[in-house]
Amino acid sequence: MAEQEQKKKGSGSRTTETDTEVEEAAPATSERGEKIKAELDDLLDEIDEVLEDNAEEFVRNYVQKGGQ
Amino acid sequence: MATIKVCGIETEYGIHSPGPEQNPIAASSVLVNAYAADVEHQIGWDFEDETPGNDARGFAREGAMAPMVETHLANTVLTNGARFYVDHAHPEYSSPECLTPLECLLYDKAGEEILRRAMAAAALRIPDQPAPVVHKNNSDGKGNSYGCHENYMMDRAVPFAKVIDGVVPHFVSRTLYTGSGKVGVETPALDVETVEYQISQRAEFFEEIVGLETTLKRPIVNTRDEPHADPKRFRRLHVIVGDANLAEMATFLKVGTTAIVLSMVEDDAGPARDLSLSDPVRALHQVSADLTLSRPLALTDGSTATALELQWELFGAARKYAEEYGLTSLGDDGTVGASVMEHWEAVLEGLESDPASLADCVDWVAKRELLLAYMDRHSCGWKDPRVAALALQYHDLRPDKSVFRRLDMRTLVDPSDVATAVSEPPLGTRAWFRGKCLARWPDAVVTANWDSLVFDIGADPLRRVPMMDPLKGTAELIGELLAMSTGPADLLHRLNS
Repeated sequence: MAEQEQKKKGSGSRTTETDTEVEEAAPATSERGEKIKAELDDLLDEIDEVLEDNAEEFVRNYVQKGGQ
Repeated sequence: MATIKVCGIETEYGIHSPGPEQNPIAASSVLVNAYAADVEHQIGWDFEDETPGNDARGFAREGAMAPMVETHLANTVLTNGARFYVDHAHPEYSSPECLTPLECLLYDKAGEEILRRAMAAAALRIPDQPAPVVHKNNSDGKGNSYGCHENYMMDRAVPFAKVIDGVVPHFVSRTLYTGSGKVGVETPALDVETVEYQISQRAEFFEEIVGLETTLKRPIVNTRDEPHADPKRFRRLHVIVGDANLAEMATFLKVGTTAIVLSMVEDDAGPARDLSLSDPVRALHQVSADLTLSRPLALTDGSTATALELQWELFGAARKYAEEYGLTSLGDDGTVGASVMEHWEAVLEGLESDPASLADCVDWVAKRELLLAYMDRHSCGWKDPRVAALALQYHDLRPDKSVFRRLDMRTLVDPSDVATAVSEPPLGTRAWFRGKCLARWPDAVVTANWDSLVFDIGADPLRRVPMMDPLKGTAELIGELLAMSTGPADLLHRLNS
């Protein structure tokens, strides 16, 4: 992915050189991010069928005993 | 050379019965018993050698709140070598001992499938009531938490103080990809007014750096010293600080990166500088609450580092370690280790450039993106109960209700391999011997433990077979002997000669 090649992290050490490279301004969301957003829209179309009917009551009733 | 990091994950699942009345112990028992009777054979668990009160720092604590071993609740060992039981009012699945982090992921996923089948079996047993519902998560939003614990085999010779120093920075910072995400705050550790979403479900429940307890005053490093193996040779590091993960990449990296960090500790080949945090507990909470991933954390040497920077330093040290020592400590020829390194780097790069791009492989990101999209569509905010309900339903294991299942998440294991792992044990650890004996002679195995099997060969006394080395009892070492054995008595005869 092109916008990630600006920063090479081979040895894991941070150098100040990367600061200037960032000025090329990576896009706020990547191509992959856009694809994921599109898939989410499809999912949200049908999510209301999947969700429990009374959300507030469902969440209120969900109580667990403490474990380890 | 570091020992092989035999590993396993034990998960306490959330359990909920539709309706106002909750009896989680009864519901959990129905689940376990239904699976055991209708799918597997019920085998007793042998508690004799359990020592949860022993502390890795070298003493057996009296009067400390050592975890209780509940001996009267439903408890079974499965043909895949796992343990499936009721613990602290939760159904719990303890995976068999796995040879590699990838195998650990496989058997973790098999556990989810076992819980799904248990729900289905329970529904058949109580047809006039709605069956209990199981979630793979770590809290109820009301201040009650339960764990997903990892276990790693280590060389006993490594001083425990070294282990602590080596793992604390990793446990705090790996939260960036192990967190499963949570709406809001449920303890005084964080500000309920300002923290709308956290990266980790578990983080705010942690109050100590090191300790023996697991149900309160939870420590980042748990000192339980119960190796279930030869205590002179092996240590079992019991890790309680991680979130339960549904995303396969998250589980794989959680275990894989930790196995590498522990290998570096064993070989004294960690990061060049001391990454110790001044206040690790506070740092853990801050990492969980910081969605910008940029908050500097104070180190004891006076400098600061963000969680991401800590991870890059650990990654860099791991890369050098891999070049010098190889990664065969992860259980194979280095292939799994190379995969861990590749995905670790990709995820760190994603966190750095665009965290949202990790929505197909990191739970807290997947959940957050979904919730943000939902809030945008319905013009509501974080406090809307529908948002909390959607967040909870991410973890629902029912195939028709699970929100996670509907997301197009990256996978690392094949569903057919997961199905096999439901009933077949790992080939390369003592889980193989345990699982195969259970499958072949369920009526002859009286009780089982991680480090022994007890047989009834039809004549007194009962015969105990010790399994003190997790790397013995494998398909390769005793497969042939087991295949030739005509029955348990014959097996024991062959083992002794």
